[in-house]
Amino acid sequence: MKLKFQNIFNMFAVALLLTGGMMSVAQAEHDDDDERIPVAKNALWQTECGSCHVAYPPRLLPAESWRAVMSGLDKHFGSDASLDTKAAKEIGTFLEKNAGSSRYQSSGKPDLRITETRWFLREHDKVADRVWKNPKVNSPANCAACHTQADSGNYSEHSIRIPK
Amino acid sequence: MSRKFFISLLVAVAGLAVQPVLAETPSQILTSMASSAKAVGGYKGFSAVSGEQFFKSKHGGELSCSACHTDNPAAMGKHVKTSKAIQPLAPSANAERFTDPTKVEKWFKRNCHDVLARVCTPQEKGDVLAYLLTVK
Ligand code: HEC
Ligand code: HEC
Ligand code: HEC
Repeated sequence: MKLKFQNIFNMFAVALLLTGGMMSVAQAEHDDDDERIPVAKNALWQTECGSCHVAYPPRLLPAESWRAVMSGLDKHFGSDASLDTKAAKEIGTFLEKNAGSSRYQSSGKPDLRITETRWFLREHDKVADRVWKNPKVNSPANCAACHTQADSGNYSEHSIRIPK
Repeated sequence: MSRKFFISLLVAVAGLAVQPVLAETPSQILTSMASSAKAVGGYKGFSAVSGEQFFKSKHGGELSCSACHTDNPAAMGKHVKTSKAIQPLAPSANAERFTDPTKVEKWFKRNCHDVLARVCTPQEKGDVLAYLLTVK
């Protein structure tokens, strides 16, 4: 059984290689499992956008915002996060395809930060000032400080733990 | 053609296709940095002492390499801005380090830009790797 799975996996890997397919395994799975797994995944996005911080869920910003973020990666919030054009294209397409609605937008100009959207501020308005100032939190963009499963894209209330 | 044979054949082809991106060792990467340094000129061999100095100093800006990778590259690091944990940089502590030339170049480009506001020279990269290879 195990061997068989390995073979199928190999076949899949070969198919990807032979067609020069850019679509990641995770993306392919996502298309089938849309109902059961609401969290959009793409392996390249997960690695590239998850290396300096958690890979922020695409649905938390509208497509215009992701386009703006992706067009300024060499000067990304004070860091150089530049990508080669091929990777940037795949990730940009993934983000825009899974982007949220414009309710994640606060003004006319695209928000670059999730943490500055009206949605975020409203969702977190019960979090006390001293919690945001805790050095263990350091920045509201440090989702994982409170959302203990943020790494896997799970922000449910059950996995929130406010650092003391 | 049996299914099993067909699969083996596919796997063999995949093996061939994968060859050019096979992982390298840190010493292979060091060797190719030496060729780049020679091509630039003035190469005098790599120095772990210079590499350590380079790694720990701020170069006139706000950050050093050790700001995120800590003064002990065999220990876990932490991103100064995002607080995200960073796996150790020294190959002795993390076997995945310096095995993928594309990844190595990508991060040298980004991190040198953040720390020195310019690219690092092949000499500087080689010195850093020579230093990291001495960290036990
Ligand atoms: C080289 C490191 C690095 C990489 C790689 C990186 N980022 Fe960032 N990102 C940062 C930093 C630093 C911040 C600012 C964090 C803060 O303010 O706490 C940030 C912040 C963000 C924010 C705003 C967070 C908020 O709501 O305040 C978004 C959105 C974002 N990044 C998206 C991405 C995407 C998409 C990718 C992949 C294409 C990516 N990042 C890759 C370093 C990086
Ligand atoms: C300082 C702690 C803290 C940080 C940092 C934080 N959150 Fe939250 N978040 C909370 C709390 C507490 C709630 C629950 C609010 C409530 O129910 O009143 C919440 C709620 C949420 C919810 C709604 C969950 C649900 O099931 O209703 C989402 C989604 C979310 N946060 C995403 C994020 C993202 C994305 C980030 C980072 C960009 C982030 N949060 C950063 C504390 C935090
Ligand atoms: C602002 C934080 C930060 C600073 C400063 C920083 N790095 Fe990094 N570095 C990272 C992150 C994040 C990664 C990628 C995460 C990972 O692979 O674990 C990384 C990865 C690397 C890699 C990739 C190694 C491999 O094979 O996986 C090298 C090489 C590297 N850094 C060298 C340096 C050097 C040299 C400096 C100083 C010029 C430096 N870094 C400064 C955050 C930083």
